[in-house]
Amino acid sequence: MDASSSFVLEARDLEQRINGPSGPLDILRGISLAVQAGETVAILGASGSGKSTLLGLLAGLDAPSAGEVRLLGQTISELNEDGRAALRAGRVGFVFQSFQLLPALTAMENTLLPLELNPAHAGRDQETLSLWAEQALERVGLSERAAHYPHQLSGGEQQRVAIARAIVDHPAVLFADEPTGNLDGKTGHRIIELLFGLARHPDRDGPATALVLVTHDPEIAGQCDRIISIQDGVLA
Amino acid sequence: MTLTRNRGRGPLRALLRGTWREWRSAELRVLAAALVVAVAAVAAVGFFTDRVDRGMAQQATALLGGDLAVVSDNPLPAGWPAEAAEYGLETARTASLPSVVFSTDDESRLAALRAVESSWPLKGEARIRPGRDADEQTRDLGPEPGTAWLEPALLDALRIETGDRVEVGDLDLEVTGVITHEPDRGSNLLDIAPRLMLAFDDLEASGLIGPGSRVRYEFFAAGPSAGVEGFRGWLEDELESGQRLLGLEDANPELRTAIERAERFLGLASLMAVLLAGAAIAVAAHHFAQRRADPAAVMRALGASGRQVLLTYFGRVVLVALVASGIGLAIGFAAQFVLAALLGDWLAGDLPPPGWRPVIAGIGVGMITAVGFALPALLRIGQVSPLRVLRRDLGLPPTSVWLSGALALLAFGGLLYWQAADPGLAAWVLLGTALAIALLSVLGMALVLALRPLRNRGGMALRFGLANLSRRGGLSAVQLVAFSVGILALLLLAIVRVDLLEAWDASIPEDAPNQFFINIQPGQEQAFADRVEAAGLERPQLDPMIRGRLIEINDDRVRPEDFDDDRDRRLVDREFNLSYAETPPEHNRIVDGHWFDAQGQDPDTGWSVEAGLMERFDLEIGDYLTFRVGGQAIRSPITSVREVNWDSFQVNFFVIGPPGLLDEQPRTFITAMHVPDDQRSAQNQWLREFPAVSAIDVSAILAQVRDVMDQATRAVEYVFLFTLIAGLTVLYAAVQATRDVRRREAALLRTLGARREHIRNGLLAEFGALGLLAGLLAAVIATAVGALLAWQVFEFDYSVNPLTFVYGIGGGTLGIALAGWLGTRRVLDQAPLAVLRGPE
Repeated sequence: MDASSSFVLEARDLEQRINGPSGPLDILRGISLAVQAGETVAILGASGSGKSTLLGLLAGLDAPSAGEVRLLGQTISELNEDGRAALRAGRVGFVFQSFQLLPALTAMENTLLPLELNPAHAGRDQETLSLWAEQALERVGLSERAAHYPHQLSGGEQQRVAIARAIVDHPAVLFADEPTGNLDGKTGHRIIELLFGLARHPDRDGPATALVLVTHDPEIAGQCDRIISIQDGVLA
Repeated sequence: MTLTRNRGRGPLRALLRGTWREWRSAELRVLAAALVVAVAAVAAVGFFTDRVDRGMAQQATALLGGDLAVVSDNPLPAGWPAEAAEYGLETARTASLPSVVFSTDDESRLAALRAVESSWPLKGEARIRPGRDADEQTRDLGPEPGTAWLEPALLDALRIETGDRVEVGDLDLEVTGVITHEPDRGSNLLDIAPRLMLAFDDLEASGLIGPGSRVRYEFFAAGPSAGVEGFRGWLEDELESGQRLLGLEDANPELRTAIERAERFLGLASLMAVLLAGAAIAVAAHHFAQRRADPAAVMRALGASGRQVLLTYFGRVVLVALVASGIGLAIGFAAQFVLAALLGDWLAGDLPPPGWRPVIAGIGVGMITAVGFALPALLRIGQVSPLRVLRRDLGLPPTSVWLSGALALLAFGGLLYWQAADPGLAAWVLLGTALAIALLSVLGMALVLALRPLRNRGGMALRFGLANLSRRGGLSAVQLVAFSVGILALLLLAIVRVDLLEAWDASIPEDAPNQFFINIQPGQEQAFADRVEAAGLERPQLDPMIRGRLIEINDDRVRPEDFDDDRDRRLVDREFNLSYAETPPEHNRIVDGHWFDAQGQDPDTGWSVEAGLMERFDLEIGDYLTFRVGGQAIRSPITSVREVNWDSFQVNFFVIGPPGLLDEQPRTFITAMHVPDDQRSAQNQWLREFPAVSAIDVSAILAQVRDVMDQATRAVEYVFLFTLIAGLTVLYAAVQATRDVRRREAALLRTLGARREHIRNGLLAEFGALGLLAGLLAAVIATAVGALLAWQVFEFDYSVNPLTFVYGIGGGTLGIALAGWLGTRRVLDQAPLAVLRGPE
């Protein structure tokens, strides 16, 4: 694998081990996978299969016990926590099951966050960034609620803000961890449509966003280009 | 859970186990830390004041000279000692008067003579040295007839040593001792002539006692308390006008009053730390209750009653509070040594060790504070719905603001009442504190709101920090008030106090008199003024001084016992210093009525009375005052009221009459003047020509006053240090209460690509802004208090010191930003995944 490869994400021989009360416990074993730019990939597995842990390792939110992850051509294990954060800034988006909006910030301010954290926009004026954030909120249908705080929004609306935040900077990879887990069926369905639509059709120039979606729902997984099944910490 | 598993075992063991497990939680540790600070503050002051009180009680009999004393300006009945002996009491008589003492080389000096019976002192010990460099000896008997003991200052003035002889009136005495400690010598600043002590039986032969001589006779009795009470009852019926009976409570009343005030002030200052600690406890208890919602819901689902759940957690909090109070007491005990070092020399001798009272008081304060501030939050745990095990959105019922406020008010009010020992004072302090907190809270909330527009100005870090402040508006306001109080206390003591002192210094002119000369004899006025002029100083103005006792106001007899106020009583019990003058003193202002020479007025009648005295005795122009001067009653109406500036260091009198009314009366003269430092030694030379004259060095008295003030403020600063620490525990409590949210936020920001510095800057912005606002608020209030004090109390102009703002805002911003950062920096150390996947 080299920097010129078309993969935005590659994992080789990933292992994750934790120390439990009755000795070491393997959560992930021998995981290798690769995701191409613009590809949508589902990681499908039952509760406790290790799929969310895998997503965390792929996104550089935690360090693996063994193996290697290359994200956007960079080997994650060579970077410290700050280096990994800098790698993610503006290039990796997240949607979580429990929305994870900052409660002190409005929908607009939450959406602005990735733009402000991306050093590539350091010289850009605030108006441009605000305009992009407004556009992102418009794309998720929430421009009317820009000044609302998270606690003033419904669960579905909060998840839409989270999606606006995830796509605002047009990331190369978008990680979604059970994005419909806390929503009712109908709202969940809309959210999934929105997520796939936005990942496949970016509003600014550039390649489509690769989507890595963790789910236990085979129906949602079926909408992806590829499904990676995981069971008891190993790829099935 | 804990309840069911421990059923059947000792409840105490269950409580200890449960508490030990809870101890790992940060909320209980915050609660404990706050209580430790509160109890340490109160105990430090409590232990110290207990020691001082014990010291005072021990010294009171020595200071008084016996178990009871009678003083009079006239000789006391010779039959009293025999009567006292009937009651099984020992007695001693003394007589004091000023007189000039001569050495055999004709050096002379005004001395405060005291003739004592051989049984003196009844209480305490006199300490003398047989020679100037000899070792100190204690004596329980006075000097032998034919001998005298002198204070070192008198030996110096007369240029003599022990073994030399001195002449006092017709007596020729051998100096056999140097006085180093006289147990019942008071601390009257004007009683500054050095002491010469002689035998009581020698006094009659001295020829010093005669009509017009100013003698103070004292009679002391001591013995078993039943005898003392019986004799006191007998004496009360025997006392005549001018004879005053003193009990232990009268021993050195000025010092006692000053110490009681200082103790009360220190006690109240220590309660400010308790109040802030209370705020920290309330925040911690609220957080504690919230985090116990889940286990409490499970306990209830498994069958525990609300009361059982409440008692389980309440018991743990009370146990922690007890332990924390114990630690606070230990720290307070150690801390009181510093107070004793700062203030201990207010009392002569070593302070005795403290008793058990402060220990009980400290534990009491700890428990009252813990329960008063934590109970409302804890009550909610018992009310948690068991359904929460299924529906996590069912939280605890909200804390009742009214209940919290009422309980906190009750607890703090009770502590105030206990410390102030005066319901009026306690009510005022409580009202003032409540108003100040309300004002600070409103200002704090307004400032937090005022920050909002700034959110859109700065970068992500500033926005994030300020957003956190305004989202936690209530908690931010609590922290703001706590820090403001802490910083305010320090600013007031460190800067405003110094400013006020400097402004006061500056308000005294350079050439303000620094020396008072008293006891200038009639006929010597011209010679004295000439001599001063010859010494190169400005010719002084000499004012006559006549001693007179106020005996009637209009036609009513003035009796000390008719006055409720202690100061009024002492004022009429003593002789007033009266004067006469043809023109009003330059530095006085007539505010009502007319000076004696006004047309249509008899030039030989009328009193001009100082405005404060008019108010004190409820006098009006036209009222008649009668003074007894040298056996003669002088009656005249009040014709003018004068406003006197007592800070002018000029000679001032409460009552002035026209020359025709008083110039035939026995009198001495007094003057005040400025003697430059380089002429002080020359002054001592020419003063020798006027042996009766005493010089009072005002600058020395001022220096002494300043010393006392310095000591007192350092002690208060020390106590306020606890207030500041208590303020920091509020920060600690607030940081702990928001720790979970902060960890989650930091993890999320890291996920979105934020580097450590982004998050660090956000935290610094949040706490820096909080510190800035608190510092600003404290500086504004400190300046306002300084200006108010200058204007209302000290009556001079006060200019705003920019340093108040520099230190307040700078110190507040840096200090709180640093403390906040230290308290929260660990949120950066965790991997984002672990936090985001953990329970919310």
